Formats: sequence, structure tokens, C-alpha cells
Amino acid sequence: MTTLDMTGENAGTGRSKSLFTADKRTAARNAAERRFRAYGVVAITLAILALVWLLISIFSTGLPAFKQTFIDIPVTLDAAVLDKAGHGNPDEMASVSTIGYGKLIAKALSAEIAARGIDTGKMKPRDVAEMISEESAATLRNMVLANPKLLGSTIQFPALANGRIDGYFKGRVTMATAALDKNTSPEKLALADRLVAAGMMQTRLNLGFLTMPDASDQRPEAAGLGVAILGSLYMMFIVLVLALPIGVAASVYLEEFAPKNRWTDLIEVNISNLAAVPSIVYGILGLAIFINFGGLPRSTAIVGGLVLALMTLPRIIIPTRAALKAVPPSIRDAALGVGASRLQTVMHHVLPLAMPGVLTGTIIGLAQALGETAPLLLIGMVAFVRDFPKAPPMGLLDPASALPVQIFNWTQRGDPGFVERASGAIIVLLVFLIVMNTAAIILRRKYERRW
Amino acid sequence: MKDLRLERDVRTETNKIEARGVQVYYGTNHALKDVDVDILDKTVTAFIGPSGCGKSTFLRCLNRMNDTVASAKVQGKITLEGEDIYDPRVDPVQLRAKIGMVFQKPNPFPKSIYDNVAYGPKIHGLTRNKAELDEVVESCLRKAALWNEVKDRLTAPGTGLSGGQQQRLCIARAIATSPEVLLMDEPCSALDPIATAQVEELIDELRSQFSVVIVTHSMQQAARVSQKTAFFHLGHLVEYGETGTIFTNPKDPRTESYITGRIG
Repeated sequence: MTTLDMTGENAGTGRSKSLFTADKRTAARNAAERRFRAYGVVAITLAILALVWLLISIFSTGLPAFKQTFIDIPVTLDAAVLDKAGHGNPDEMASVSTIGYGKLIAKALSAEIAARGIDTGKMKPRDVAEMISEESAATLRNMVLANPKLLGSTIQFPALANGRIDGYFKGRVTMATAALDKNTSPEKLALADRLVAAGMMQTRLNLGFLTMPDASDQRPEAAGLGVAILGSLYMMFIVLVLALPIGVAASVYLEEFAPKNRWTDLIEVNISNLAAVPSIVYGILGLAIFINFGGLPRSTAIVGGLVLALMTLPRIIIPTRAALKAVPPSIRDAALGVGASRLQTVMHHVLPLAMPGVLTGTIIGLAQALGETAPLLLIGMVAFVRDFPKAPPMGLLDPASALPVQIFNWTQRGDPGFVERASGAIIVLLVFLIVMNTAAIILRRKYERRW
Repeated sequence: MKDLRLERDVRTETNKIEARGVQVYYGTNHALKDVDVDILDKTVTAFIGPSGCGKSTFLRCLNRMNDTVASAKVQGKITLEGEDIYDPRVDPVQLRAKIGMVFQKPNPFPKSIYDNVAYGPKIHGLTRNKAELDEVVESCLRKAALWNEVKDRLTAPGTGLSGGQQQRLCIARAIATSPEVLLMDEPCSALDPIATAQVEELIDELRSQFSVVIVTHSMQQAARVSQKTAFFHLGHLVEYGETGTIFTNPKDPRTESYITGRIG
């Protein structure tokens, strides 16, 4: 009786007489829809805010890494000091160490300051010389050894300023912190201000950040991404060369040729599982197989590339198979119907139509591989590498670094200058990723066809 | 190019394809039961019957397109000019060059009109140079009554044509490999009446050169284009004979029920 009453009542009162007034159920449904939309907007807004925050923090910290403070010093390369034998032979000149060059630069700086009449206050010449990065001596030495003809001439040498001085112009170091810092002093910062006023010191664009190798813990100002970028490029090359053909061939076989039975089902499930395996596991695999069993040298691009290729394979196979599946069967029928063989059908029709999907999958897979850190740590790529690897193919066997590992490495160092370096490296990595993803989108748009 | 049809003496009423005791299973489903058919040369043969009666299945047996279905199993004997097409020595690829097929939905390759037609001759090496290929493409497009509409835009994509044009392009593609038999699986079901009329007219013209087998749902179409008609029902070949006889004086009550619209 009661149930009957209720339904009767609901039916009676629930439905509005006029179309202009929403009845109860409609109003409730509309309210639910509005609530759901609001949740969506909130979620998207939060996501965008988080992204903006992330980008702002990375860029504000990282962009200064692309600028560096230099002291422009006219250095006279005294042949009597740098080439005691006097033959202009780089092998003999190499006996003069960076200490010798350091003294030369220090003297040149003092002389220039004196010549311009800049007041150094109570600072000793040794303190003034400390404003120059220790890396400068090595840079000058390499310059001279590479080109012995410079001997005897006077060159305008842009010496890197010490990391603390550089930090002062980037706002990282202040007079207050300098007073507590035994690596610098307020007097040095004051002198730096006067050098800037005199036009000797300048903070300017530093492409060396992209080309120079890593530097030691005390010299953040000289640390660059050269070896890491090169190592990453080598590894991406290996991944592309290995994972793309193997991945595409495997997908084509599984999708177009393999019989559908329990074995192929098992393989399919396992490929999906492999794509979800934590990347560090691939690192252990690489360590066991390529280094311990295969005897390949540690921290080299070849091992890194092999490990990343293994990791990327399932990530290429899955989208490639999806792209192959998406090609309508009518195209296969059409090709088979005019007497094309299975392979011709695939090569002439199915694969070209699946290509946008394959390329997108490959580039996204490469982008993931580019950002992968964990497996590289296990195969020793976290080592401090200062020497550029040689050109491929032999260079693939040289120790190298990689962008994400370099970032990881820099975030662990003591000197605050490396915070800026790490963020700068993140910007470089992001730029690479954005370029790759854009390429994926462009390729997809360009080759997308309708049927 | 060697034109096969010029060398062949014009025989009529000879058996092109003979099928004896054909059984088809899809897994455990017995889709086609004991079908015997003789398909004549230079004749349009229509297969009619309600959906799921096995007419398309039988058509796909004739050029071994059923090979691509993993669960399909074909028994019995089908011969093309006396040669068993299911003989292990037969390469289905070669067979399909001799027995062309046009599908229900127009399925041109997403390539240019020219490439669509040229594809078959190219992969079978039927032409020696570009000039010969051009000639084949033109003659096939002419035979398919499409040449005048597309001669100025041969490089345009085949998928950009209208539905009827696409289907005629598919017919041109199928005849470009100089087949001896042309199988058509409901070629007009996706077309409007005008395009249908064009394709039907085309089928009638093609009869002079090929043996045409057409599967159709439309009995009017079967009556219009075919000389011989086979009626399939529930996997059986119920009746096979002259189209006129089937439609005016069917022997089997099931055929009569179907053509008068009581079953199907």
C-alpha cells in the first residue's frame, strides 16, 4: 500500500505541468551535472597552476645558468714563461701547468686594475686573483697549447669569474652572506662592483653551459652540459637504431603474421607487462647482461643505449600494434584481392598507413628514454666524466654522461652554484623533450590520412 | 601488353569454375554445406539469398580470400579451368591475380587514382615501362566507365571520389591485373540508385571479357544483370539455373518463397 502510494505521489508531483519550470528530478540531474563540471574545472585549474608553478620555479632558477660573469683581461702570453725551450712545440709547452697560467692571469689582472686606477682597498693581489675562476687557467692553457702561435701576443682573455662573484650578480650571494663565507668576502664583491663599473667585468650569455664538460665540485661556474648532451645524443641514436626496426618488425609480425594462439597471447600480455616494469629493473638487467656477462665497459653510451633500447622496445611495440590494428581491414582485403602477398600488403599499404602512429610512438618512447635516469645510475653513468667521448662508432665505447644523470649529479653537490646549473640542465632537457613531442605532433598531422 | 582476351577464342557456355562438394566451416559452425556449382565463362552469375546464407562465404572461397580467416576450413574441390585451386602447389597470390575481387564497401587505397589502378600491374610485373602502365591504367579506367570523370585528376587521391566513382575505381583496379573471373561481393550495397545503375551497366559490359560472379541482396539487381542465378539458403545451394527460370518458374518452394518475399 505504502509503496504504491509513494510511486503514485512521485509520479504525480515529480512531473512539472509546464515546460518552463523544471521538475524536481530534472533540477536534481541538472545540479549534479553542474557539480560534475565544476569538479572538472577545479581539477584542470589545479593541474595548470601546478604546471605553471613548476615552470616558473625551474625557469627562474635555471635561466641564470645560461649567463655567466666574465672578467675581460688583456693577457700577454710571455713566451719566456710559457715556452721555456722556445721551440713552439706543444709537447714541451705542456710542462707548464695550470698553476703557471694562473699566475700569469693573476698578474695580468692586477696590472689591468692598476692601469685603470681602480681602488682595490686593503685587498692583497692574491685576494684579487681569487675572483677569477680556477678553471680560467686551464681554459687559457688549452687555448695556448691548441694554438702555439699565440705565444708572445697579447690577447683579450674572457676569464670566468669565481662562482661566488658570479652568484653576487645573480642575486645568490649578498654582502651579508659573503661576510660569513670563507670563500669570498664583502671586499671582493665591492671590488667586483667597481670592475663592472669600469667595464672590465660583465655578466653575459654563456654558451659554454651547453658545450663545456662537467667541472669539479668547487667550480660550478665552469660546469657545462657538453658531455651529457653528447652522451644523450649517442644513446638516443642507439635506441633509435635498435628499438625502431626491432619494435616495428615485432609488431608487424605479431599483428599481421603470427597465428592467434595461446603463445601469442602470452607474448602480448608480457609485452604489456614489460612496458610497466620499473626502469631501474632494466638497469639491473643491463648491468648483469651487458657489463658482467657481455664484458662491455661501464658508464659508456653503448651500454646505456642498449639498456634504454630494451626499455623502449615495448613502448614502441604497443603503439605500433595499435596503429596497425587501426588500419581498416578493407585495405588489407583490397591489396590481397588484387593479388598482393601478405608482405606486400603490409609494406605497401598497412605500414604506410600506420606510420604516423608508429612515428609518434617511437618519438614518445625516445623522449621517455631521454629522461630516464634510474637504469643509467646502475650501469655507472653517474660517474664524473670530463673527457668528451670520441666520434662514433668508437666513441660509443667511451665513458659518457647523460642529461638526466647530470641533473641528478649536480643536485647532489655542495656548492649552491650547482642548484642553478641543475635547473638550467632541466630547461635543456625540457627543450629537447618539447622539440621531440612537437616533432611527433607535426609528423602525425602531416602523414595523417583518412580513408 | 599482351591482351589475353584477344588471344582467347570466344567460347560461350564453357565452364570456367567448377565447384564440387564444397564445405566451409568457421570453427564449429558449418557455414556452407555441399555446394556444387559450375560458373560459366563470359556470363554474369548472381548469388542471391538471405543474410548469412553463405553466398559471400562461397564467393570468398573462389579466390581463397577465406585463407586470411584463421578459423575457416574449406573442403571439397574447386577448379579453375580444370586446376584445383586448393591444391598445395597453388599460390593464392597468383590465383587472386587471375580471379579479381570487388568488395561490398568501396575500398580504394589512400593513394592517387592512378596508383590505385597501377598497383596490380606493378606488383605482378605486367608492364615493362611507364608508357605501357599508363596505357593499362587508361584502358582499365575506360572499361570501368570512369576515365572521362577522372582523366584530369589522376594524381588526386582515390578516396576523394564519390562513393559510386570509388566503386568503379575498385572495379578498374580489379580488372587491371587482367583477371579471368571477377568476383563482386554486393558491389552496389553502399551506392545510391544512380551509381548502382552505372555499375550495373558496367557489369553487363564486362561480361564480354570476364566471367563475373556477383553476390547481391537485391533480387531486381540479380534479375537485371545476371544470366545465371544461384539461390543459397542456410548454407545450402538450393537452386541454380537460368536467371529467367529462377525468377519466373522456380522448382524449389524455398526459392519461390524467397523471391516472393516470404522468407529472408
